[in-house]
Amino acid sequence: MFEQSRRNFLATAGAVSALSLAGCAGTAGGSRVVVVGGGFGGATAAKYVKWFDPSVDVTLIEPKAAYTTCPFSNAFLGGVVKFETITHTYAGLAKHGVTVMQDMVTNVDPAKKMVMTAGGKSVPYDKLIMSPGIDFRFDTIEGYDAAAAEIVPHAWKAGPQTQMLRKQLEAMDDGGLVIIAPPPNPFRCPPGPYERACMIAHYLKANKPKSKVLILDAKDKFSKQGLFEEGWNLYYKGLIEWVPAAKDGTVKGVNAQTRTAITEFEEHKADVLNVIPAQRANLIAAKVGLTDKSGWCPVHLNTFESKLIPDVHVIGDAAIASGMPKSGNAANTQAKVCAKVVVDILAGKQPGIPKTTNTCYSLITPDHGISVTAVYELGEKSYGGVKGSGGLTPKDAGREFWKQESRNARGWYANISEDIWG
Amino acid sequence: MVRKSRLHLALGLAAGIAVMALAPPAQADGMPDVKILVSNCFNCHGTDGISAGVIDSLDELSAKRMAKALKEFKSGDKASTIMGRIAKGYSDAEIDAIAGYLAAVNGN
Repeated sequence: MFEQSRRNFLATAGAVSALSLAGCAGTAGGSRVVVVGGGFGGATAAKYVKWFDPSVDVTLIEPKAAYTTCPFSNAFLGGVVKFETITHTYAGLAKHGVTVMQDMVTNVDPAKKMVMTAGGKSVPYDKLIMSPGIDFRFDTIEGYDAAAAEIVPHAWKAGPQTQMLRKQLEAMDDGGLVIIAPPPNPFRCPPGPYERACMIAHYLKANKPKSKVLILDAKDKFSKQGLFEEGWNLYYKGLIEWVPAAKDGTVKGVNAQTRTAITEFEEHKADVLNVIPAQRANLIAAKVGLTDKSGWCPVHLNTFESKLIPDVHVIGDAAIASGMPKSGNAANTQAKVCAKVVVDILAGKQPGIPKTTNTCYSLITPDHGISVTAVYELGEKSYGGVKGSGGLTPKDAGREFWKQESRNARGWYANISEDIWG
Repeated sequence: MVRKSRLHLALGLAAGIAVMALAPPAQADGMPDVKILVSNCFNCHGTDGISAGVIDSLDELSAKRMAKALKEFKSGDKASTIMGRIAKGYSDAEIDAIAGYLAAVNGN
């Protein structure tokens, strides 16, 4: 779409508009931007560098041929959407003039400004945008490592893991126990584990009504808690039980073979066990030298440039974007700010003032949606919601409201997917 | 998808150039660049305001109508599930800039 309206327009009118623009800064034309990671942050950044300035040379490096999204992967687990619906190729980005390299980044040489890949390529950059996502802290739950995750899925990077969890739910007998173990903060998609409980319960209620979902939590409170609890009371009484950390919810060990979750005082034997471990920035970020002691990447909040390596910007879940959640939508709007910053700097201009948003829908049932939203401005030390704006779906909003939010959730998914990979 | 913008490309060209020329410098009046502001709309309403799903498209609205609607969402005069919460995050000047930019790009 903008390919036609904007690119042709710019191609035709570019000379005129460039000349008529006030200021004497140069253009970013011919500059090389490399983006690592083709998820919500990276794919948006690649597309939007082109949107802001089609003359910049953009290369996206991503190992997978297609990307399966965590958003709506819970709806897939609940049998509400198909796997194909949540999986996107990179053909759309190529159409916008982005060079898509299917390859794995092995390291970055900041001195030479070069990205190295498993395929043996060295890709030079003027600006590098890293959106590598997360990795798991497999050392935090005894018995739960990468090998155990092949039996007991985390399904917190969508794809084969999500399909494995769905197959296990399908194979489970009626009357079975599903255990979900959400991680401690900070982690990707704060409301995600609780939406997952809803979507799994939705599937069980219709197909295996004697079953139960037990949430063994490493926390005492969680995102959208009041709205989730409202929904659990309405639809899933006796079907979903939540055990907070204070009541021995924290899973400290796992026996993958017997699908047992071990807390301080109890052993819970599950029929389907879903352990979502503590998280950190993807290991490539640490290898490159972008992470601090926390395991995440400190960035200058106005530009998303790494505080540790110049000319490398980090966005999305891997970044410490203080005040913003680790969500796909946050990554999408951070990517837009970052793309504009990069284009401005390459053209010799001062980067502007950032403004980002986050809109996050969760499905309680296919017809009951809830949301939280925020419009963020940069304060002295972190992003913060504009006073009086944003917030949650009101309590007791009513069926019509919930229905509309469930429709909007699907509309949001269709449009943000198109905004990123389309 | 391309419908409106492509249709109006020829007509919109002149308006588009005007917008480019009038586009505020990055930090005018302490406001974010208008392109950053409009790009924030696209995660829900589709790139360039062209929606693929059930959410309203923004590419067929005049600047006046869009600004009026956003200000009514902001004040609560216009009922909504979520737009009220979002519109409250933007100043009237930002709303005018967003509406003006989107309408001009789409030739409305």
